[in-house]
Amino acid sequence: MTNPQVEVEFYKQMESAELAVNFTVPAQGITAIFGRSGAGKTTIINAISGLLVPDRGKININGMTLYDSQDKRNVAVEKRNVGYVFQESRLFPHFSVQRNLNYGVKKPDNLYFEEIVGLLDLKELLNRYPRDLSGGEKQRVAIGRALLSKPDILLMDEPLASLDLPRKREVMPFLEKLAQRICIPILYVSHSLNEILRLADHLVVIDKGRVVACGGIEDVWSSQVMRPWQSFHEQSSLFSAQIAKHNLEYGLTQLKFREGLTFWVQQISAEPGSNVRLQIRANDVSISLEKYDNTSIRNILPVRIVAIEHQHDGADKKSVNLKLDMKGGCYLWATITRWALDELKLCEGMDVYAQIKGVSVSQKDVALTGYQSQ
Amino acid sequence: MVSAPIWEMKSLLTEYELMALQLSLKVATYSVIWLLPFGILLGWLLARKEFIGKSVLDSLIHLPLVLPPVVIGYLLLIAMGRQGFIGQWFYDWFGISFSFSWRGAVLACAVVSLPLMVRAIRLSIESVDLKLEQAARTLGASSLKVFLTITLPLTLPGIVTGIMLAFARSLGEFGATISFVSNIPGETQTIPLAMFSFLETPGQEMAAARLCIISIIIALGSLLLSEWVSRKVRRKVAGA
Repeated sequence: MTNPQVEVEFYKQMESAELAVNFTVPAQGITAIFGRSGAGKTTIINAISGLLVPDRGKININGMTLYDSQDKRNVAVEKRNVGYVFQESRLFPHFSVQRNLNYGVKKPDNLYFEEIVGLLDLKELLNRYPRDLSGGEKQRVAIGRALLSKPDILLMDEPLASLDLPRKREVMPFLEKLAQRICIPILYVSHSLNEILRLADHLVVIDKGRVVACGGIEDVWSSQVMRPWQSFHEQSSLFSAQIAKHNLEYGLTQLKFREGLTFWVQQISAEPGSNVRLQIRANDVSISLEKYDNTSIRNILPVRIVAIEHQHDGADKKSVNLKLDMKGGCYLWATITRWALDELKLCEGMDVYAQIKGVSVSQKDVALTGYQSQ
Repeated sequence: MVSAPIWEMKSLLTEYELMALQLSLKVATYSVIWLLPFGILLGWLLARKEFIGKSVLDSLIHLPLVLPPVVIGYLLLIAMGRQGFIGQWFYDWFGISFSFSWRGAVLACAVVSLPLMVRAIRLSIESVDLKLEQAARTLGASSLKVFLTITLPLTLPGIVTGIMLAFARSLGEFGATISFVSNIPGETQTIPLAMFSFLETPGQEMAAARLCIISIIIALGSLLLSEWVSRKVRRKVAGA
C-alpha cells in the first residue's frame, strides 16, 4: 500500500504556450505551486478540477483516477469532489452567505457547518449578501463554501492576490489555521514567497510550462532553482523544527532541529512540542574559526563549508554565500564579505562555527506547521 | 377607472369594448405563456451553445421582426390553417384548429413576439458570468442544477424584459392576426382589430377614440407594472 499521493502528469497546448507538467506530491499538507505569472500555475489546478481538459496525460488523487487519456477517462467536474477557491471569490450574488455556504453540501452536517463557520469566523456574516461583504470576507466565505462540500482535495488559486495589503493580513491567519486543522491535501497556487513560506509544506516550482523543482519546501528552498527569486537581502535557509521549551524570564524559545541540535530564538507563542518552520536569513549568520564562550551570540553551531558562491549584484554589492553543512542533511546559508573570506582563508571542506544571534529570528520568521514533513 | 376591476367596468365600457379588451388581454397572456419556454430554450441555445446552423436558426428567429406582418399571417394561413400542411396534422392528432379561432390569434402573436423575447433572454444569459457556473460545478452541481439555481435566477431581469416586450407586442398585434384568423367579434377581434372596424364604419369615430384611450391605459399600466417588477427582480439578483 503506497502512501496517498497527488499525481499530476499532462500535456496541454495553450494558445500562446505549451504546458507539460509532471509531479507527484504527498496527499497531505499544503503544496504550493509557485512560479511567475503566466507560467501555467492556474492551468494545472484547472486541469485537476476538470474545468480544463488536457490534451493527454493522467491525473490521480488518493488512488482515484480523475483523468486518463489512455483509458479515455475524464470524470465530470461536478463528480470530482474537488473544492476550488478562485482568485475572485465567485460567490453567487443572489444567495445569502448562508445559502452560498450550503450550496455544495450534499448531506446536512450541522456539526461540521458550525466547525467551519467557527474556523473562518463567519457567524456574523451568515445573513448578509455578497455585495455587502469586504474582499477579505468574501474570500473567507468562498473558502468555507469549498470546504463545506467536503472535498477530497482543496485547490486554491491565489486566494489573496485580489486583496489589498490590510485585507491580506486579515485573511492570512485564517489560512494558517486552516493549514493546521484541515486534513485534506491543499494545492495552493501563488507567486508570493511570503505566503508560501508561511503556509506550504511542499513546493512545486513551475517555469515556462515545466516543473523545475518539486519536493519538501526546505529542500526546494535551498536549491539553485529558487535563487532568482531570492534577492541579495532575502537569501535564507528553511528548517523544520519542534518547540523544545520556553524561557519566560528572557523571552526566548528553544527550538530543536533534531537530537542534540537546538537553537534559541525570540519567544514564539505556541505550545512546546508544536512543529514549526523557521527561516534564517543568510545575512544574520556569521562565521568564526573558533568557538568563543564570551560572546553575546546565543547560537553557535559546528558546521562544515560545502560550497562557496560568489555573488555580484552590481559593483557595489559584492558578497559571498557559504553553504554550511549542519550534518544530517540540513544546510545553512551564510552571506559574508569577500574580505572576510580572504582574511579567514575559508575554503570548501573546512570545519567552522556558524553564529546566529537569538534576537534575529522572531515570530515572523517562524510558521506553525500542523504537518511534520519528513 | 384604471383601478376599477374589469367586472365593475361594465358600466363604463360597452359590451363590445369589454369583449375586445378581455380578448386582447387573454390572447396576449396566452401568447406570453406559450412563448416563455421556447424563449428560454432558444435564448440559452444561442447564448451558450455552438452548433451547425446556429446562424440560420438565429436568422429564422429574427425573421418575424423584419417581415411585414401580413406576410407572416399569409404564411401561417398556408402552414397552420385547417387545410395547411401542419394545421391539418394538428387537427387530426389533437383536434385543435387555429383557423378563425382565438388560438390562431395567440399563435400569430407568439410568432411575431418571438424575436423580442429571445433577444432579451439571450442577452441576459450572455451577461451571466460563466465563472459563477464553473464555481457551481466544482461544488458538485449537475448542469441542470447549475441552470436552475444559477443561470436562470440571474437571467430573471432579462426574462421579465422579454415577457414585457412580448406582451406589449401581442397587445398591438394587427397585421398577422387579421390575415390569419380574420376579424371576428368575440373570437379574434382584439382591440386593434375592433378599432380598425370602427374606422372603416362611417360615424363611429367616437367609438374608435374610446378604444384608443383604452389602449393607451393598458399600455401605460403594463409599462408601469413591468418597470416595478423588473426593479424588484434586479435588486434581488444583485443580492439585497
